[in-house]
Amino acid sequence: MDPIIRIEGLYKEYETDAGPVPVLKGIDLSIDPGEFVAIMGPSGSGKSTFMNILGCLDVPTRGKYIINGRDVGTLNADQLAHLRNEVIGFVFQGFNLLPRANLEDNVSLPLVYGDVQKSERIARANDMLGKVGLAQYSKSLPNQISGGQQQRVAIARALVNRPKLILADEPTGNLDTRTSGEIMSLFRQLNETDGITVVLVTHEPDIATYAKRLVKFLDGSLIYDGEVSEART
Amino acid sequence: MMVQMLIEAWRAMGANRLRTFLTMLGMVIGVGAVVLMLAIGQGAQYSVSQSISSMGSNLFIVLSGSSTSGGLRMGLGATPTLTVGDAQALSELPEMLAVAPVVPGVAQVVYGSSNWSTQVFGTTPAYLAVRNWTIAQGYPFADSDVRSATRVALIGQTVAQNLFGNEDPVNKTIRIKQSPYLVVGLLSAKGQSLDGRDQDDTILIPVTTAQRKLFGSQFQGTVRFIMAQAVSAQMMPAAEREMDALLRQRHHIREGADSDFTVRNLTALVNTAAQATRVMSILLGAIASISLLVGGIGIMNIMLVSVTERTREIGIRVAIGARQRDILMQFLMEAIIISIVGCTAGVVLGVGGAAAANHFADITVVITGGSILQAFMVAACVGIFFGFYPARKAARLKPIEALRYQ
Ligand SMILES: Nc1ncnc2c1ncn2[C@@H]1O[C@H](COP(=O)(O)OP(=O)(O)O)[C@@H](O)[C@H]1O
Ligand SMILES: [Mg+2]
Repeated sequence: MDPIIRIEGLYKEYETDAGPVPVLKGIDLSIDPGEFVAIMGPSGSGKSTFMNILGCLDVPTRGKYIINGRDVGTLNADQLAHLRNEVIGFVFQGFNLLPRANLEDNVSLPLVYGDVQKSERIARANDMLGKVGLAQYSKSLPNQISGGQQQRVAIARALVNRPKLILADEPTGNLDTRTSGEIMSLFRQLNETDGITVVLVTHEPDIATYAKRLVKFLDGSLIYDGEVSEART
Repeated sequence: MMVQMLIEAWRAMGANRLRTFLTMLGMVIGVGAVVLMLAIGQGAQYSVSQSISSMGSNLFIVLSGSSTSGGLRMGLGATPTLTVGDAQALSELPEMLAVAPVVPGVAQVVYGSSNWSTQVFGTTPAYLAVRNWTIAQGYPFADSDVRSATRVALIGQTVAQNLFGNEDPVNKTIRIKQSPYLVVGLLSAKGQSLDGRDQDDTILIPVTTAQRKLFGSQFQGTVRFIMAQAVSAQMMPAAEREMDALLRQRHHIREGADSDFTVRNLTALVNTAAQATRVMSILLGAIASISLLVGGIGIMNIMLVSVTERTREIGIRVAIGARQRDILMQFLMEAIIISIVGCTAGVVLGVGGAAAANHFADITVVITGGSILQAFMVAACVGIFFGFYPARKAARLKPIEALRYQ
């Protein structure tokens, strides 16, 4: 089986006033379809930078990134937009919903950019809201529901265009423990029953246990890659 | 997709209604000013060209008295020095098409129980040719009427209206200063002159009748002024020289002495007036265009603020698959809506303003579908042009930088 993500010698440096600062120092990683990967590491170790590159929101300084069989380095802006729309679903720590749009409109937004007809957009958005248990709130605004609920909406939005890959950067970072558990259960369910590949960043070991594979970052390098259970010992 | 974008643009504009309204107001005022100024400018040009064509073409007026006398300007026509004979002589110049002497005066006119005070011109049939004036009903008086000083009259539309109402005035007898005159013809309508007088408030009678019977001047046989029409515009300078020479000779004025008459080129005068009107309407248009430009810059300003404010939103949209053209269109759509709604309101305001100017200030306005369409198109283009730069700026934001923006 071809990997959904293949990364070779990925290198990223930020230009700062004090010159270029290396943040990712040569990462090699391969993820197969259907995997559930947790990325851990101390703050500032480059996890978010890595996730943004995976999500095609940022570009590496050097190195190769192949997603779903396509070399990202060769794609133009429209093709990248297409990837973000159809292959990837991104979930952020801060939810990132549009504050003025109701939940239905928020969830159906990827379908607007995917040129899906309006009636189908509404049906699929409500379907997804139902799947994350928020069907009755479809006309509410984001600020009328709780943080955990907002993150569910964000997940529904990430899922609505049936992506192969969900990328989540600290999705439970703003949530309490119980809500975090619920969100993680949702991710696990998506992974196990729908076969969606999930890659998520967390700094809580408890959260990481929901995943099957664990990758650890330290100071821009990959220092561990293996089973979650083995890492704990 | 398009409908969705319209809805979203509407929602974004609705989120900050006051700002949207103020942005639109700039556009409304700009377009309104352009439409109003076009209407007034075209109206002024229209009324000037109306007056000019009603005056007659290639015209001279010869007045008694010198324009300068011993360095002092004298009231023209103060002492009448021109005669019917002068007019006759001028008409024989090859450069002249028609020449008419005029003895003007004001008189009370009575018909039945109606009476009306109007301007009476004693003149010759040539006057109609010079002034390019036609007869609506009846006939003009003839040269024989001038020779025998008969009491006949041609009356203008305003006079007819006031004396006769709807009655046919031809072949009725009116009394001018108590004496009976037979109305032989009704003049066609001419409207206002360049200086705003009603040209139809006039009666024309034979010049001899005016001199001998109506006004009875102490300067027997003289006329106040002579109107002369040259054969063509090209002939005007030659005609002016010839008239001057001929009259100096007839009036026995020695070489170097001041003339006792003045020849004025009326056509040159009105051309100057027409030119001034054109310049005025161009200026009006230019000023209005500036306000339109300011309106456009207002759109750009607000759109730039809006793009900055919504940077994070743009980042979110890009992260879930918006293409650059989707973002571009989204912002452009706002500019388009503001422009089109603003333009429409501006056109309404401009047309309303023009109608008010016409109604309350009696200003001639001309509004054509073409000028409205033109103003509308230009304004819409201005709005879209100024909306384009901020929209493109939004579309070119790097996804990660837009998302990180706080
Ligand atoms: N836009 C940027 N410009 C410069 N340095 C940055 C930028 N973004 C992140 N960094 C730096 O890169 C390092 C990694 O950041 P990040 O990927 O956010 O780490 P993590 O998510 O693991 O906490 C940090 O030291 C951070 O200061
Ligand atoms: Mg981070």
